[in-house]
Amino acid sequence: MSNTEFEQEEWLFEIKPKNNFFSLNLKEVWQYRDLLLLFVNRDIVTVYKQTVLGPLWYLIQPLFTSIIFTIIFNNVAGIQTGSIPPFLFNLAGIMVWNYFTSCLNDTSDTFKKNASIFGKVYFPRIIVPLSIVVSNLVKFGIQFLIFVAFYIYYVFNGMELQLSSITLFFPLLVVLMGFLGLGLGMIISSLVTKYRDLSFLVGFGVQLLMYLSAVMYPMALLKEKLPSFGWLIEYNPLAYIVETSRYLLLKEGTISGFGMLYTVVITFVIVVVGLLIFNKTEKSFIDTV
Amino acid sequence: MNNKNIILKAENISKQYRLGTVGTGTLSHDLNRFWHKIRGKEDPYLKVGEVNDRSSKGASEYVWALKDINFEVEVGEVLGIIGKNGAGKSTLLKILSKVTAPTTGLIKSRGRIASLLEVGTGFNPELTGRENIYLNGAILGMTKKEITSKLDEIIEFSGCERYIDTPTKRYSSGMTVRLAFAVAAFLEPEILVVDEVLAVGDAEFQKKAIGKMQDISKEGGRTVLFVSHNMAAVQSLCTRSIVLQNGTIQYVGETDDAIQFYLKESSSSFEMEKIEHRKGNGLVKLKNVSVHGSQKDILPQTGKKFIIEFDFDNPQKIDSSTMKFDFRIDDYVGQRIAWISNRVVESSPSENCKTISFEIQKLNLNKGTYYVTTHLMVNNAVSDWIQNAFSFDVTEGDFYGTGRQVSPSQSKILMDFNVVYK
Repeated sequence: MSNTEFEQEEWLFEIKPKNNFFSLNLKEVWQYRDLLLLFVNRDIVTVYKQTVLGPLWYLIQPLFTSIIFTIIFNNVAGIQTGSIPPFLFNLAGIMVWNYFTSCLNDTSDTFKKNASIFGKVYFPRIIVPLSIVVSNLVKFGIQFLIFVAFYIYYVFNGMELQLSSITLFFPLLVVLMGFLGLGLGMIISSLVTKYRDLSFLVGFGVQLLMYLSAVMYPMALLKEKLPSFGWLIEYNPLAYIVETSRYLLLKEGTISGFGMLYTVVITFVIVVVGLLIFNKTEKSFIDTV
Repeated sequence: MNNKNIILKAENISKQYRLGTVGTGTLSHDLNRFWHKIRGKEDPYLKVGEVNDRSSKGASEYVWALKDINFEVEVGEVLGIIGKNGAGKSTLLKILSKVTAPTTGLIKSRGRIASLLEVGTGFNPELTGRENIYLNGAILGMTKKEITSKLDEIIEFSGCERYIDTPTKRYSSGMTVRLAFAVAAFLEPEILVVDEVLAVGDAEFQKKAIGKMQDISKEGGRTVLFVSHNMAAVQSLCTRSIVLQNGTIQYVGETDDAIQFYLKESSSSFEMEKIEHRKGNGLVKLKNVSVHGSQKDILPQTGKKFIIEFDFDNPQKIDSSTMKFDFRIDDYVGQRIAWISNRVVESSPSENCKTISFEIQKLNLNKGTYYVTTHLMVNNAVSDWIQNAFSFDVTEGDFYGTGRQVSPSQSKILMDFNVVYK
């Protein structure tokens, strides 16, 4: 290294007490992209090591939930799902909902679960929640395949094929769902470091939220049956995502332009707030965790 | 100092911690902070911190783990950081490696910093050695390509070739450490931060590790910050050293001088008068204890002369022949190591006994921390009995005169012996 390099009073980086208000260092995140992939690999490979069924477990959970939902909500409670077989209706909803909850649950643990690594080595902390969203996307992909398989099965058994060009927007919805889970997860994970109460809240809060998110019933049904609580679902961005996904995949339910716009805006706000809080927390969480 | 070659510069680094549990009061302090902030005032808790002295009871919940640390490191320098437990060494390294942010101050760097704070972080027990090399390497900041290009060297250096495709949960702890150090040793940051990694692994591996670190700094031209209690390692590796005490820099300079300074500072004396958890009639009471080597300013060291001196408060001028004083030495888990008494050896009595001093010509306690319980009887009645009165540290020394060490986990007590072959 030549001395001339040092003559300028320039430093590669500085360590300061607090981050700038918004200082997501994308360049740094890009430098650590291999770490992201390795984390994804770790998450997927290690979860089912030493299990007999391996990745099949990814399928068993949504399948059985769909069967139970079909029995309880459609056969016992009599919720109508139009021309779509109730099982397929439920599977679509659960698949999308699962992606959201697994993103939220896993990211909200980020700081607590990784305290030992975070306490020793520095890397952009955002890598961890990002890797969680990506590895859950892989799981979602596997679950989507089983959905496609059942879809084909039902088409052969006389269900009308409902695909159209609008179905191509489905991946965008999944991405939106991922971001929403990521944003909320980041907010919660940051607050959990100091206030552990929140981790209890998330546990059952997510479960309750499912009933407000049109997972096992069409949005219109709730508005019709409980008009006074209709606003609950109308202001829930998750309900729009679930409902719209079903519309894109099965042509069942409604699609609302306003609803989607609202959802996109809310998601954007949540992700930005999440990034801000996360950024602030990552610098000193190790002292309070 | 030539300003041009400074690669790392710390300016007024301070770090405040809150003691006790994070729980009740957290929210109220946060709200109070916020209230001050929106009125544009200074954080009220920044003013209240106390000097971080672990053993003394303080009034404030907030302490300064580090206070106004300033130093500069030149390119290619190996800087040692030494200090007692709790002096702030690890906190400083944590700040340098960006694990936690300083409360105030600024660090400027011209190079990438990678840390070896306890190796093996992020090892996943389910993954194989090879997979863990990749994962750990990436956590430490390497790209996949870099790791692949060094994979063979890393495996060879670790000496775990045979197990490389076995999950690391099947590894012995020593093997895990070897593998982890091997990954870290092939990192190529401009600044490497190393904390006590050499405390693990067997003698052969320690030698290898020290050698590798010397290579890194001498041939690689890279800067190393090295924290250790192992004075021998600091001496052989570092050109310049910093002595930390209670969160402040006490000494900066040549390593030999710094070690000398450190050993002097560390010789300890303890006031016993304020201790309340004592039993006995109090006829004669322990006042002061001093633990040191051959002189007052020398730290107790294995294999060297060791003096432990007890001063008493003896208002009734009681004769030493009626006093039976003994103390026991426990290790850090509370296991008794030794029991020593003034009655087991011959000694000439003294009227109005004020001090009892025990001298050990060749200290055979291995390095480590020891706890002492004192017990004094006057005329067969307990006069002053203090459980866990104080603790002292013994530093590593050359007991056998061969330079070879016995691990404290194997033996707390060292014995002189000869080996005879027939």
